[in-house]
Amino acid sequence: MGQIITIDPVTRIEGHLRIEVEVENGIVKDAWSSGQMFRGIEIILQGRDPRDAPLFVQRSCGVCTYVHYLSSVEAIEDAVGIKIPDNARIIRNLLHGAQFQHDHIVHFYHLHALDWVDVVNALKADPKATATLADNVSNAPWGGASYFKRVQERVKSFVDSGQLGPFANAYWGHPAYKLSPEADLMAVSHYIEALRVQARAAKLHAIFGAKNPHLQSLVAGGVTCAADLKPDRVAEFKYLWKETQEFVKNVYIPDVLAVASFYKDWGAIGGTSNYLAYGDFPQTGEGSSSDLMPGGTIFRRKLSDVKKMDEDKITEHVARSWYEGKKDLHPYKGVTEPNYTDYDREDRYSWIKAPRYDGKSMEVGPLSRVLVAYGKGDPGVKKLVDDTLAHLSVPADVLFSTLGRTAARALETVFIGNAMETWLNELVGNLTKGDDSTYTPWEMPDKGMGRGLNDVPRGALGHWIEIDKGKIKNYQYVVPSTWNLGPRDAKGQIGPVEEALIGTPIADPKRPVEVLRTVHSFDPCIACAIHVIDPNSNEVYKVKAL
Amino acid sequence: MQNEKEKNRQEFYERLEEKGISRRDFVKFCTFLTATMGLSATYVGQVVDVFAAPAQRPPVIWLHFAECTGCSEAALRTMYPWIDEVLLDIISMEYHETIMAAAGHQAEDNLHAAMSKYKDKYLCVVEGSIPTKFDGAYGKVAGRTFLEIGREVTKHAMATICMGSCATYGGPQAAKPNPGGYKGVSAALGIKTINIPGCPPNPINLIGTIVNYLLMGKLPALDSNGRPLFAYANTIHDKCPRRSHFENGEFVTEFGSEEAKMGFCLYEMGCKGPETYNNCPIVKFNDGTSWPIEAGHPCIGCSEPDFWDEMSPFFETL
Repeated sequence: MGQIITIDPVTRIEGHLRIEVEVENGIVKDAWSSGQMFRGIEIILQGRDPRDAPLFVQRSCGVCTYVHYLSSVEAIEDAVGIKIPDNARIIRNLLHGAQFQHDHIVHFYHLHALDWVDVVNALKADPKATATLADNVSNAPWGGASYFKRVQERVKSFVDSGQLGPFANAYWGHPAYKLSPEADLMAVSHYIEALRVQARAAKLHAIFGAKNPHLQSLVAGGVTCAADLKPDRVAEFKYLWKETQEFVKNVYIPDVLAVASFYKDWGAIGGTSNYLAYGDFPQTGEGSSSDLMPGGTIFRRKLSDVKKMDEDKITEHVARSWYEGKKDLHPYKGVTEPNYTDYDREDRYSWIKAPRYDGKSMEVGPLSRVLVAYGKGDPGVKKLVDDTLAHLSVPADVLFSTLGRTAARALETVFIGNAMETWLNELVGNLTKGDDSTYTPWEMPDKGMGRGLNDVPRGALGHWIEIDKGKIKNYQYVVPSTWNLGPRDAKGQIGPVEEALIGTPIADPKRPVEVLRTVHSFDPCIACAIHVIDPNSNEVYKVKAL
Repeated sequence: MQNEKEKNRQEFYERLEEKGISRRDFVKFCTFLTATMGLSATYVGQVVDVFAAPAQRPPVIWLHFAECTGCSEAALRTMYPWIDEVLLDIISMEYHETIMAAAGHQAEDNLHAAMSKYKDKYLCVVEGSIPTKFDGAYGKVAGRTFLEIGREVTKHAMATICMGSCATYGGPQAAKPNPGGYKGVSAALGIKTINIPGCPPNPINLIGTIVNYLLMGKLPALDSNGRPLFAYANTIHDKCPRRSHFENGEFVTEFGSEEAKMGFCLYEMGCKGPETYNNCPIVKFNDGTSWPIEAGHPCIGCSEPDFWDEMSPFFETL
């Protein structure tokens, strides 16, 4: 056996994740992904008023704060059989679009960039040369030698203070960092600017959603912000949308391209084989058939053969997770009996279950969505992807990689961001016509079953609810990070992140920045991936004395 | 000394202006923060100084236990001072899993180095609750349980601040039947904490607490639930802009209705404002953009003890 490297905690993610890799001759030979926390929201929901479920499950994640709220509300609407007003569909699309604008910016700059950008190296930069570089690659509204000199001084005084705060003790100076000092300085300055941009972008959520994180304006039947459908709110939304889009187009995209040009070798590292997208952003009241981002599946990277997604083929495996049994079940029939048996790479090693589609492990997320849309020939996505490939002078097969995943995230931010203007205009059109309806009244049924399937920043998200006597009988959700970060299944098939890590070159096993690059490219969000607990089987826990 | 202070202040204003924030806006914010903290206007100058020329950057160790990271995200939304000012100029964030560059054992090293370098002098901020069943085995970082980490880090903290309702009261994972035995930090560890509940809390209430400490060298006055009185002395209902509709008997009884469009009182939709202590109607969220009642949704009582059980069903009248 090669050398085992453990990264715990994996930082710059949401939640508690442990990654282990086996390295032999400087290459990752095997990998294990493990969720390290367990909360229990699904069991807590049993017996409660179904209308409360969206508020509970929203607390699965404060990063992708909107998404569980949305899927839960849609699951209830599906169970009850109601159609929401057009304005409610539009406002939900706008809020969901805003989630993408915010989330992807934060991911690139604050959770991922430091895997590619050496903050300390930025101190060696010539600010004049940085200004020239920035003028060539970026359309940022700020810049110039004096600006970059001040950023550099600010970082220097920070480093000199001896209190390095969030930048302390990282992999600075690692040979895997390839940017010039000037490119590093440009990226560090955009890291700082993006801290402010994200706070402004989050206001998009507050306008029709009360606040961010944890919006509070969705209910089964529609939205509650009836009094906010007025010109000043719409104008504020449009202004902030425009400001955010300008950052995405003038800074985020150019930065991704600039960084990628130094790391083209990562177009052959970190890929997986199978891709799943549920699709999202209904453009009409007809539901998923009108989705802006289409659903579909791709197997063995065959882009020319995008298949229709069939939700009946979704199951969750538990054979290598800390749960009783080895059965794989559809979420409607989901059973969860925890059985913690200590961490064992050869047996059970994670609180995360292993979702499979038609028995296969599938990557979900921006890359899957972009590949499905590209494979289906969507002209908007195709142009964005082809232009990017041409800009970097690389062929389409580099998309199946860590670099492709990071680029796809940026490209869909533009694509979805562009669509937001259309939706905003539709909303204004409806209001101008005098249609200000936001809610369809409904009665709680005695019995019902429904699901909400969405494609959210991190990938395919599904919530399944069963209502009995007006209360929640069963509630299950299968989330993007369960798909991506899940462990092996009964057949020994590895999960997507595990697959992506195999083959990665490791320069220094004590400083495995290369592992973080691929893990972070999935934007792990772990708290919601490990949310189930069964109080009936507590006695089977074995807690090893530490 | 005075000149030094004035010089720092001038430099600070110059930096702000480069960022497109006028001196006037900044002082306006400080006035707002001073008022939020319940201090008289004579303190405005001193609050300005806290941001312009901090005498020191107090070390902060931020722990993530059973949570959703919404409280960290809320803190990242602070706009005056901007979050980059908080992180680079005001405090020294020694350990924070969501933003720190280091990972794995290098991250662990940061935690231990900070605890030893700043023994008894760091602020510990906790986000998330602690599972107590099975010796805490439901949650681990680097192979150690939240329970062990919490005991160790809070022991030599100058103060422990619970950021959010999970750290304060246990959060949704502590709702019935609370299968993991989740508890708030104070209850799980048996220590006194300063509590800033809310799901998530308003970042201004955290900033206000830290500014109070930087300004006066002590933490703010607290209510019986450990909540700073400057933020949690009044109910939502006391300060609600829809209060006159309540007095006039003008209620929303269905979402999307004419009454909803007119912004009538949400009491009959299940609003928990009358029993919830927080300053949401005054400070609102995201730079004063909105808050739940403004968006037509009843208050769910998220800053009250055990609100997931005590305040639900959320859409039933109190």
